[in-house]
Amino acid sequence: MMTLNVNGMARQVDSEPDTPLLYVLRNELALNGAKFGCGLGQCGACTVLLDGAPVFSCLVPISVLQERRVTTLEGLGTPQEPAPLQRAFIEEQAAQCGYCIAGMMLRAHALLEINRDPDDAEIRRQLQPNLCRCGTHMRIVRAVQRAARLMRSPADDGAAKN
Amino acid sequence: MRTSGVPLSRRALLASGGALIVDFALAPHAASQTAPAATAPLPGSLKTTPMLDAWIGITADGGISVFTGKAELGQGITSALIEIAARQLCVAPAAVNLVTADTDRTPNEGYTAGSQSMQDSGTAILHAAAQAREIVIGLAAARLARPAGDLKADGGAVWGPDGERLSYGELVAGNALHVQAQPAAASRLMPASATRGLALPRVDIPAKVTGQSAYVHDMRPSGMVHARVVRPPSYGARLLDVDVGAIERMPGVKKIVRDGSFLAVIADREFRAVKAMEALAASARWQEHATMPDRADFYAWLKQQPADVITIRDDKAPADIAVRRLEAEYLRPHQMHGSIGPSCALAWYTDGRLTVWSHAQGMFPLRSALAELLHLPIDKVRCIHVEGAGCYGHNGADDAAADAAFLAVSYPGAPVRVQWMRDQEHRWEPFGPGMVMRASAALDAQGSIVAWDYGVWTDTHSTRPGGAGNTLVGRHIAASFAPPPPSPGSQPAGYGDRNIIPLYRIKNLHLVYNFVPHQRLRVSALRGLGAYANVFAIESFMDELAAAAAVDPVQFRLRHLEDPRAQAVIALAAKEFQWRAEAKPATGRGQGFAFAKYKNLAAYCAVAVDLEVEHETGRIRLLRAVAAVDSGEAVSPDGIKNQIEGGIVQSASWTLNEAVDFDDVRIKSRDWSTYPIMRFADVFDSIDVHVIDRPQQPFLGTGEASQGPTAAAIANAIASATGRRIRELPFTRARVKTAIGV
Amino acid sequence: MRAGAIIGGVLALAVVLGATGTLLVAVLWPPAIALAPPGQAAFDAARIVRGAQLASIGNCNVCHTRRDGRPYAGGRPIATPFGTVYSSNITPDPETGIGGWSEAAFVRAMREGVSRDGHHLYPAFPYDHMTKMRDADIRAVYAFVMTRRPMRGSMPPNALAFPFNHRPLVAVWKLLFLDRGALKQDPGRGAEWNEGAYLVEGLGHCGACHTPRNALGAERTKEAFAGGSSDGWVAPALDAASPTPVPWDAEGLYRYLRGNAQSLHGVAAGPMAPVASNLADVPDADLRAIATYAASLAGIPRHERQVDAERALAQGRGSAGSRDETSDGAAIYAGACAQCHGGAGREPLIPALDLALSSVLRLPRPDNALHILRQGIAPVDDAAGPFMPPFAGVLTGAQTIALLDYVRSHFAGRPSWAGLAQAVRAGQKDRIEANGRIGNARRQP
Repeated sequence: MMTLNVNGMARQVDSEPDTPLLYVLRNELALNGAKFGCGLGQCGACTVLLDGAPVFSCLVPISVLQERRVTTLEGLGTPQEPAPLQRAFIEEQAAQCGYCIAGMMLRAHALLEINRDPDDAEIRRQLQPNLCRCGTHMRIVRAVQRAARLMRSPADDGAAKN
Repeated sequence: MRTSGVPLSRRALLASGGALIVDFALAPHAASQTAPAATAPLPGSLKTTPMLDAWIGITADGGISVFTGKAELGQGITSALIEIAARQLCVAPAAVNLVTADTDRTPNEGYTAGSQSMQDSGTAILHAAAQAREIVIGLAAARLARPAGDLKADGGAVWGPDGERLSYGELVAGNALHVQAQPAAASRLMPASATRGLALPRVDIPAKVTGQSAYVHDMRPSGMVHARVVRPPSYGARLLDVDVGAIERMPGVKKIVRDGSFLAVIADREFRAVKAMEALAASARWQEHATMPDRADFYAWLKQQPADVITIRDDKAPADIAVRRLEAEYLRPHQMHGSIGPSCALAWYTDGRLTVWSHAQGMFPLRSALAELLHLPIDKVRCIHVEGAGCYGHNGADDAAADAAFLAVSYPGAPVRVQWMRDQEHRWEPFGPGMVMRASAALDAQGSIVAWDYGVWTDTHSTRPGGAGNTLVGRHIAASFAPPPPSPGSQPAGYGDRNIIPLYRIKNLHLVYNFVPHQRLRVSALRGLGAYANVFAIESFMDELAAAAAVDPVQFRLRHLEDPRAQAVIALAAKEFQWRAEAKPATGRGQGFAFAKYKNLAAYCAVAVDLEVEHETGRIRLLRAVAAVDSGEAVSPDGIKNQIEGGIVQSASWTLNEAVDFDDVRIKSRDWSTYPIMRFADVFDSIDVHVIDRPQQPFLGTGEASQGPTAAAIANAIASATGRRIRELPFTRARVKTAIGV
Repeated sequence: MRAGAIIGGVLALAVVLGATGTLLVAVLWPPAIALAPPGQAAFDAARIVRGAQLASIGNCNVCHTRRDGRPYAGGRPIATPFGTVYSSNITPDPETGIGGWSEAAFVRAMREGVSRDGHHLYPAFPYDHMTKMRDADIRAVYAFVMTRRPMRGSMPPNALAFPFNHRPLVAVWKLLFLDRGALKQDPGRGAEWNEGAYLVEGLGHCGACHTPRNALGAERTKEAFAGGSSDGWVAPALDAASPTPVPWDAEGLYRYLRGNAQSLHGVAAGPMAPVASNLADVPDADLRAIATYAASLAGIPRHERQVDAERALAQGRGSAGSRDETSDGAAIYAGACAQCHGGAGREPLIPALDLALSSVLRLPRPDNALHILRQGIAPVDDAAGPFMPPFAGVLTGAQTIALLDYVRSHFAGRPSWAGLAQAVRAGQKDRIEANGRIGNARRQP
């Protein structure tokens, strides 16, 4: 048994210590955000934040997670109270199949935490490790820009301008 | 108009004519009929499923369900269908519960493929919903003893002029909707929404960005077990032996299934299944042999194989004397779907009934295949579509469903989840086939095309439906099923010959489709089928002809077109792009243009590209793309833009990066490091899509319309930038560098 | 008479001093060579092609490409122990590049490290190697650079500490360390070996990274290929002190330099990645020669080394991460590494390098191991090729130390690296690194 700190809550898990975090999140904790895309650290569909830094959860054995903070998509916000990034992705309709989006959002979140005003080049560089096969790249970049605006001026959030 | 108070059938209502004024938008297929002919064909999929209640269901509490045989593949179809139904039923979209492909509950609309969903299902639902609404209004008219024309449907109820209100649920009882649909002309269609042109929000996105259940991968029924298949190392491999003893004793392993060359393990936990799979794979010994041609020689080899020579067109007509002839050969390798999420399926066999949840494109054909595979009566098999990751054609989804079904029958009583690994999806999915295209044409003194000769060589572009023999498990078990004989497909939609017919006005047209069913690599439908390569070739060749005629490429195309909608998308794209506005572009920069009408039946799409070629490396920097698209009536302009834009990016990746690698025994493209696809750094700086809305025109399939034109626009831009014409896909750095020299 | 002798003596001395002075002046402040831009059609196509191949072997693009990606436009900072030097723009731009340079000026720059206008070039540009090139080869490189696209791009002023910012002192450096003249052939070795020596010692300038340097920044020629550094990475010894468990042979080195994964050695990573990328397309004969010569630098392996190699090969990957090992490092290896590198009961489908064969774990410093662990390995510009994912952000500092201690001990049989803790701490300060970015995204600032 082991206690993980996931989205700010202590969660007990009993998977073997060498189990990748991805399987524990999905199977034991029933969290859908992180997804299996390759298991090889090549696609980023499994991206979560570990102490705020984006990592491939398919490569992180839970044995290394004592006293580490895991943040998944579910930890950014809820349907009732979506985070700026979630709102932005909805407003920009930045998804086709949507399978890559959770990973994109977490990696983008890490950037926005240290840079509230990234330019397109910086966003693209940040998201380089994450693959999208449907070709939603332009909208994803726009959504991150929109989230940055929302985060810079919280007073403006409310009117979803089109 | 007074009636007897007895609910009238819709037919009777219409026959009484007069009071109904058809002042709304005409049905897309309508001629100007006032009385529907009984023999007029029904619109869209109503042809095959004519009963209205197969499409629209209203419960006593007013709950509205709409049934479609199509599936959400990430193209936003569910949102579009909900919008159509909601509009015609005069309810808010949130009030519509859309049920997608489920063999127990929805119409059979075959595959969600070929960009047919709007044309087939959208059209059917448009009319079914409109006709259902009129039936409900008619029922209210009878109950309220008022003329139907005085009543109005809104918010799930029918309202009278004095504020009388009857909810749909109160009105619809029993079999009220169990009537046959009427032809299109009889539908009274609500006009387009006042909010048209604005984004129609996708109903599925909020769940996906907040981590709610959305995919088949997210299903976790109680008692579920996890399975992994050990796939053979190559197409021709045969399992000689495997020592299952030690692996059966690994933690959590419930069962190992071995049947012929099919090998799989079922465990209680997912990671335990993965480790057991690895151990099984390491223990298994296979006999392999060479089944594939030498990759370096593939195209020459392809043209030498026995072919079924199909003449698609052979038009001869007198024409002006040819003063210039051109000839070129274009090459396209095998390419893969490469869905980000490897295939997954859930199957549950209990009480003699099999239920399968799958993201395959066709639940009804899947059901037939599974029934055949497992020797079950078809009514004992139910297939339910649940979303997977992006689906771009026939990928591993059907095989994963068959794996799960087979294992569920081996392990009855518990839901069995099969998840494919990355290398399994890469190596075993059916690819888009390699193709050779040869074009030759003649120009007259005015620079018009007077003769056009074109041949394409390719394997089949669809191995669906295929029954059990088209599933991997079906082929690998001891009592195996034979794969279906490959089919060449047929015009007008076509397989390898899709879009072989140029839309241009050409009098002497000789088109040959050399169908080469070599089947050395596993192939099937990949987005666009033959259209990607044929449009790439045709539109590259058009530019070569334009250059020979010393005419601007856009002008050259316009001169050869008669279809005004084609001319309109070309003109719009060129204008928005500011085509060749500068006389002399910077060194290494080039602009390219291309156009096609998908399948010559579906959407019109023109794409213009601005790019830069890095001389030292041969790397292509994609700068701007501008597209114009005409999809008929644009129910969801944003959905159209999303699909066109996505298609441009995906096609750019195919065009610059992608070719399946193989040697004579094995597929070598096994993950993203061995088959890289485009990442953020290389995607266009900007993409702008302009939608031409044609209200009341039939919906035209859009999902595959931009792939072919993008490839050719890039090829043409490279030629413009460097003076070198590259005819072999993909335009890797090495290939470009070789073409441009030191 | 005596006065005449004295005057004669003074005059003679004056002449000698004057001559020496003139010589001194000429050495400290060489003359300029007149501007003489070559004509447009001045170059033979075959020579340009050969020049391109030589430029690949010489890796000119690595130092001379601008940070915004413009090829050969200079301005890239090169860190030295004396401060930062910026590479020159070697495109034929007439104002900011070398567009006005005659062939003679170019040859002088390569052989003697003197710019067209006479100023000394800092030996960050390895003319101590280029000086060994044949005339024909220098002229081919000249033909190549002069036919590149001209790009505007000036260099920031070098940031060198006093007195190193005084260029004429470089003349003294050259007197001490610049060994002009062609490389002597070794008649006891074959043509391929000698050609390899010519390419490696000259244009390839491998010693610039792989040879240790003295306090004045010159290569210690008596310790050639005893190991050096580049960009924060260790450039391993290529001589008898080579750390590879299995000694290099020419075939293995040839494949490694082409950018392929080597089951006995791994892949080109860090600063070697662009080198392998450049060498991917050079003619076979050149690369075979380079590999033959470079593989010979370690000499015939001594008996102990052969025993070591056999032991490493026999150790096998399966031994690692077993349940008997109780250290934290073993557990981390089992959970994070074994899925690709093997061991701990895992059976990777396509195994990564067997770490018993890793040279990185046997280096004197942990820098390379840390870089690879954090950044992973990816082909230049995310092309197809060998790949290892980045683990930045996955392990804490303590976990990183535990893992590296474990793999060094288990696979290389060596004690913990000195300075590992500091190196780990230093790396973790870089928050951007922790974002685990891979590849080499083109849009750099």
